Amino acid sequence: MIEARNLTKRYGPVVAVDDLTFDVLPGVVTGFLGPNGAGKSTTMRMILGLDAPSSGTVTVDGRPYRTMLRPLHHVGALLEARGIHPGRSARNYLLCLAQANAIPEARVDEALDMVGLTAVARKRAGGYSLGMNQRLGIAAALLGDPDVLLLDEPVNGLDPEGIIWIRTLLRGLAAEGRTVLLSSHLMTEMALTADRLIVIGRGRLIADTTVDEFILRSSGNRVRVRSPEVGRLRAALEPEAEAVETRDDGALIVTGLDCPEVATLAAAAGVPVHELVAETASLEQAYLELTQDSVDYRPDQSGYPISANADAA
Amino acid sequence: MTTTISPPRSPNPPVPSAATPTPTRSGLDARGILASEWTKLRSVRSTWWTLVSTLGMMAGFSALLSAAFVSRYDHLDAFEKATFDPTLHSLRGMYLAQLAIGVLGVLVISNEYTTGMIRNSFMAVPQRPAVLAAKAAVFGAIAFVVSEIASFAAFFIGQAILSQKHVQASIGDPGVLRAVIGAGVYLTGVGLLGLGLGALLRRTAGAIASLFGLVLVFPVLAEALPSPWNRNVSKVLPGGAGQAFAQVRRTSDALSPWTGLALFVGYIAVTAIAAVIFVNRRDA
Repeated sequence: MIEARNLTKRYGPVVAVDDLTFDVLPGVVTGFLGPNGAGKSTTMRMILGLDAPSSGTVTVDGRPYRTMLRPLHHVGALLEARGIHPGRSARNYLLCLAQANAIPEARVDEALDMVGLTAVARKRAGGYSLGMNQRLGIAAALLGDPDVLLLDEPVNGLDPEGIIWIRTLLRGLAAEGRTVLLSSHLMTEMALTADRLIVIGRGRLIADTTVDEFILRSSGNRVRVRSPEVGRLRAALEPEAEAVETRDDGALIVTGLDCPEVATLAAAAGVPVHELVAETASLEQAYLELTQDSVDYRPDQSGYPISANADAA
Repeated sequence: MTTTISPPRSPNPPVPSAATPTPTRSGLDARGILASEWTKLRSVRSTWWTLVSTLGMMAGFSALLSAAFVSRYDHLDAFEKATFDPTLHSLRGMYLAQLAIGVLGVLVISNEYTTGMIRNSFMAVPQRPAVLAAKAAVFGAIAFVVSEIASFAAFFIGQAILSQKHVQASIGDPGVLRAVIGAGVYLTGVGLLGLGLGALLRRTAGAIASLFGLVLVFPVLAEALPSPWNRNVSKVLPGGAGQAFAQVRRTSDALSPWTGLALFVGYIAVTAIAAVIFVNRRDA
């Protein structure tokens, strides 16, 4: 379990992380979401004792990271800067980390095998592809069989097969009762992998909730309903709904009611219904809505619509 | 592509939960951290290049300069012959070899900062002074062994060539053994200074430039000062102080060998302490 309390990081006048308080719970995958520059990586570095908070505290299993001896048995992390010397082989990279934490050498080979790098384990890392480097970073994170995992953009550079592999791996690790914190810009990825979400923008906490609730709370949830008697249906729904719009194709878009409620109202009014569909907001929509005000660097609206550029936003 | 989904858990998973706190074993695993630093040092090529360069420059320049001296010998005047120091002459390669070993000292830590490896190192061992100490110990030990081999090789190669004119020194002559060992100590010390500067500056280029400035440029600048400042300043700079320990004959503008060594060690200690404080405080 990771506990952050009023965690703050200032760089001169810039507040990178602003009074963050959250818990990352064991047994679930927690997604760490936020636009670029929101403070995700800084927060992760503070959890790992690399950057010192300006104020506030953060502990892993109740202890500040820098007080831990042989922490790789507790905590595994994949950081944004992977930190692999191009001249060093994958095996030597993992070996030096293992030796510093009294992890047996056999575990190094096991970790290499786990990420499928055994064949190139003794080759210089400079020749590895982005995906191979990523796998090596994941092997390093898993090296000490840790209880707590922090992964910054783990699917970067992985092929679809690799993405499915890491998703299954992380869900499996969480199911074993481990704490998994995962940052990503890829919201579809988050929707598939994470159970809970911590959303930050401009260093501040925007949401700390489950993925389902996050989507549900978004104003993008609507019901689409078709009827041959649109006018009567509209009249039946309008008193109860927040809003009812008629689309060009004749469908009604109802906000503020769910499908059973719409069906009940229609039945009560004796209006036939030909189609009744819940239009659930995607995580992406919900996220964009929430973080709209906290995007630091937004592309020129005229050039690129934000939604098409969510990765860079 | 592996099909392994979940990592095999070790038989006794060393993963205590909050309910069963780790039995805090007092102290760090020094052997493990040293082994880790040795793995890092031996697993990059620059280590071997710079060490071979150190050996090559010491031995090569000794042969070159000694051969040049022998060929000029008959044209030298009596004063030049009387003040000739065969030991120092065979060890002059250290002016160049110090650059090779100094670069290695810088790289040992600056490489970690430029690649981001330092974060992995501090994640594995959050007790940063222990990481720095292990680096200094492992690099220092390797640098010392290689520098001493280089120094003794340079001495014996040089003396073998100088013996053609019967001006060679013997390792048993007063002060000679100390001077030959001293050249190796000096090279090791420059390497450690490089390590300290690398930790302070975190950038390869900046640290190498500072080191070279310290051991090469400052002495030249000091020479330009009005007398007697030129000699007095030069001899107390790191280069002058360290080299005093590698000289058999004490020249008028040098410190005594042991004073020189003490001052040289002092420079390294101050750099090391500053490096530990800075690295421990700053964000990695």
